[in-house]
Amino acid sequence: MTLASRVIACLDVTDGRVVKGVNFTDLVDAGDPVEMAKVYNLEGVDELTFLDISASNMNRATTLDVVARTAEQVFIPLTVGGGIRSAADVNNLLRAGADKISINTAAIVRPELISEIVDRFGSQVLVLSVDARRANTPSGFEVTTHGGRESAGLDALAWVEKACALGIGEILLNSMDADGTRAGYDIGMIKAVRQVANVPLIASGGAGTLSDFAAALDAGADALLAASVFHFGIHRIGDVKRYLSQQGYSVRTSALT
Amino acid sequence: MIAILDYGSGNLRSAERAFATSGHEVIVTVDRKIALEATGLVIPGVGAFAACMSGLKSVGGDEIARERVALGRPTLGICIGMQILFESGLEHAESGAHQGVGIWRGMVKKLDAPILPHMGWNTVSTTPGSTIFAGVENESFYFVHSYAATAPVGQYQAWSEYGEPFLAAVEDGALTATQFHPEKSGNAGLKLISNWSKSL
Repeated sequence: MTLASRVIACLDVTDGRVVKGVNFTDLVDAGDPVEMAKVYNLEGVDELTFLDISASNMNRATTLDVVARTAEQVFIPLTVGGGIRSAADVNNLLRAGADKISINTAAIVRPELISEIVDRFGSQVLVLSVDARRANTPSGFEVTTHGGRESAGLDALAWVEKACALGIGEILLNSMDADGTRAGYDIGMIKAVRQVANVPLIASGGAGTLSDFAAALDAGADALLAASVFHFGIHRIGDVKRYLSQQGYSVRTSALT
Repeated sequence: MIAILDYGSGNLRSAERAFATSGHEVIVTVDRKIALEATGLVIPGVGAFAACMSGLKSVGGDEIARERVALGRPTLGICIGMQILFESGLEHAESGAHQGVGIWRGMVKKLDAPILPHMGWNTVSTTPGSTIFAGVENESFYFVHSYAATAPVGQYQAWSEYGEPFLAAVEDGALTATQFHPEKSGNAGLKLISNWSKSL
């Protein structure tokens, strides 16, 4: 009996459609997040994350519909992030069918938002998304906003420690240096954050080869998130899980087809 | 008809749809009479023990649960919906224990593990004699919690382990409970829901 390391697929959604490149040959409509969620579920993914990159509130309303339609058909945990500014936003997403929500910029701007969400909905709904990169800060890592383009002026480890104290339930650690490179997760960063975080840690950014996934687990990650390697079919969910299982890691293999 | 008690506890849409896959009519309700008389009642729950207990009390859910158990009417508690069936929960040590519904003796306590919540898919160790685990013996289910019961109650127990062994599920006559979320546990969870629904 060991808690399985999770494999999470992330979909960027705007105006009800999946954006960023997607190359699914077995889908009639590769842009429909609900269809993609169903495929990943059938392949044995452990969780799904929708990142709402909509520019406007009107488009965000469409995302609520996507969440609702997904939650009606896919019975695994669903996290939604992007544009969440208040406990009311969280309530709307949970009511639509999300199990967890992730916040990033809004928590940096106003850290008390963390307590507001945790007090009302519990720690388990709140994933802190940390977009971090290597920089000249005390820990060597800093927090960024706007997709890594701007510094938030925060040391990444200090921010993680503060957010853990405020009651977050999980950390999504996204390496802005590694993101999109497929050159491997930032192992040093995962190790550093693991040292100060007492909540589950999701590694994100840089997954390329199968051994990259194992390296992130060795560094202390509890879950592995990837987007493009799955969307482009470079690895199927089952490939990653079978590899990790063969290497002796605990993964949920019963759902693999 | 299966009723899901709505006492302000998170994502009920998934639960509603998951239980509907059993073929039963499913209603999400705060109505006392419907909850009391439904063929099966589901008490869901996410969040904190104290907040859930106060939400449950505000809709009379504690009395509904006791009454249904006394009448032998099938009732299923999920996650915090399981924990609040115990006498008490030690949620924040500084504020002392919070009183639960008290159908089962004992206390829910924080798991002895360095990383909490216990979040993700973990194996549930079953023994023969279960209704809900038929066909999904020793499967993985999805957990999200920091607290759990660690002493056996009821007629049948299934166990899991995170830092220490804890009660993953209990079957006790008409009263069933799972610490994990069957409505979030993929096909294994749907099978468990189907087993419970068929037993109604």
